[in-house]
Amino acid sequence: MSWIEPVFTFTLKRLLSAVPTLLLVVAATFFLIRIAPGGPFDSERNLAPDIRANIERSYHLDEPLLQQFGRYLGGVARGDFGPSYHYRDRDVSDLIAESFPVSFKLGMTAFFLALLGGVTAGVLAALRRNSFRDHALMSLAMSGISIPNFVLAPLLVLLFAVHLQWLPAGGWRGLGSVVLPAFTLALPQAAYIARLTRASLLDILGSDFLRTARAKGLSRSQAVWRHAMKPTLLPVISYLGPATAALLTGSVVIEQIFQIPGLGRYFVTGALNRDYTLVMGVVIFYGSLIIFMNLLVDLLYAWLDPRTHRKQ
Amino acid sequence: MNGGGENITVGGRSLWQSAGERLRRNKAATFSLWLLILFVVLVVAGPWLAQHDYTQTNLSLGSTAPSLAGGHWFGTDALGRDVLARTLAGGRISLLVGLVATLVSLLIGVFWGAVAGYCGGRVDALMMRFVDLLYAMPFMFFVILLMVVFGRNILLIFAAIGAMNWLDMARIVRGQTISLRHREFILAATLMGAGTLTIIARHVIPNLLGVVVVYVTLTIPQVMLVESFLSYLGLGVQEPLTSTGALVNQGALEMETAPWLLVFPALFLAGTLFCFNFIGDGLRDALDPKSDEDGR
Repeated sequence: MSWIEPVFTFTLKRLLSAVPTLLLVVAATFFLIRIAPGGPFDSERNLAPDIRANIERSYHLDEPLLQQFGRYLGGVARGDFGPSYHYRDRDVSDLIAESFPVSFKLGMTAFFLALLGGVTAGVLAALRRNSFRDHALMSLAMSGISIPNFVLAPLLVLLFAVHLQWLPAGGWRGLGSVVLPAFTLALPQAAYIARLTRASLLDILGSDFLRTARAKGLSRSQAVWRHAMKPTLLPVISYLGPATAALLTGSVVIEQIFQIPGLGRYFVTGALNRDYTLVMGVVIFYGSLIIFMNLLVDLLYAWLDPRTHRKQ
Repeated sequence: MNGGGENITVGGRSLWQSAGERLRRNKAATFSLWLLILFVVLVVAGPWLAQHDYTQTNLSLGSTAPSLAGGHWFGTDALGRDVLARTLAGGRISLLVGLVATLVSLLIGVFWGAVAGYCGGRVDALMMRFVDLLYAMPFMFFVILLMVVFGRNILLIFAAIGAMNWLDMARIVRGQTISLRHREFILAATLMGAGTLTIIARHVIPNLLGVVVVYVTLTIPQVMLVESFLSYLGLGVQEPLTSTGALVNQGALEMETAPWLLVFPALFLAGTLFCFNFIGDGLRDALDPKSDEDGR
């Protein structure tokens, strides 16, 4: 199979170029926290100096900074983010492994909701440009972009959970509890995707190759379905990287509002508790996730866009 | 985007004149522009207009519903503080952060993009490789980290959010600059002995104005979103200062008993964001009639 080799080299090249990026992420998070005033054990008052020194020694905080960095880097390479400073006797890796599946489920639901809803709305709007349907859908998209997550979420809770009592206001039990958080998380991204899809399809509807397809006797919907969809989706696909990043950040606040025991909530509590290892672990974990997602998106793009094949 | 001095025809209209006309025909954008001007005036004049100081507590009053007679048009919060005054004060901070942080990203982005695009070659490759590298960083998390580590300082908010947003600007400006680089008026300037920086400052940047204006109008709401997001998490500006995000957060806690605490700041925030987005969309369509299709 002739396509395996270029895909393999491409992936390898991208993985290699991800290494300096990841190193930068790890170094930036590590040193950012270390140059900051204060420490994780400041909150415990009346700590005798020798006890404090003992605690710090047990966390290797008495070593030179570069040595600590080397130790941390070595740990990260093995997937070990060190012990949590706040949740005693727990490793950051355990906390992540425990809570990420929840965030993953929420994020994936929102991701597919945004993709499906956004593309459908964008196509429907573009096919009837300037119609009522177009204007209505685009106004909806504008609302999705302009109304922040954390404004929409309490309003939806007020309506669907408090007044109508159709859905739970929070927590993570059963299918019903996924609906509101996934919807609020997905809406802004669906709105962006809808606008991108509409613009892209409008561009393609006016292109020569589509006119040729029509001239050869295809109906409008046949021509759109068979020839316009793939090029329409290209800008959407290249947006999926940033969309993933936005979903991850969004879930930080959504998990807090809906009291979902996911990783995003650990990030906030970790930050407020000055639990530096936990915060660093989450940043690095999310950073690698975004880098990995960008790689997937690039592969998908290269696969769908014939112009990238020709270059190789 | 139409660039150079081609508008010499007698009775012709400049790019900006016809763009202004097209913008005026766009009802959503015109309405948004007036609404936004009203918001800005209210927010700036707030301290003089409002009868109450936004930090002044009145514990005996407590949380009261909005009423015209009581003098608290938007009601009061649990500490008896006037919600109207607080919304205006919060809006002031949000708008200020939006403008200043956008300005920061504008300065860095335009400089970076124009230099990379104009110099080309190895300089360009190196500068843009750096941008690519930063693109992959989980920036939002770094901003949160910064806030946690260095405390909640408004100057830091400006810098952090601004430094996060300049990447797109640099890319857009670079692309435009490359298309400008080989135009005749740049060549003429080079022949007359102008230096690189002079050419960038006097000839390249003025011709980027259209793209930059559109992008700035669309960046301000994004920045305001980030700021309110931080404030919502309790990481934004510090009391006694407040911002719309912080107000929404406090409002959401008491929305069942005192919905006005949530509704008014939320309306103000969403309204401002709507205005900026509509104006940005309108400007883009107006400046480039062909690119109604330019996506987000």
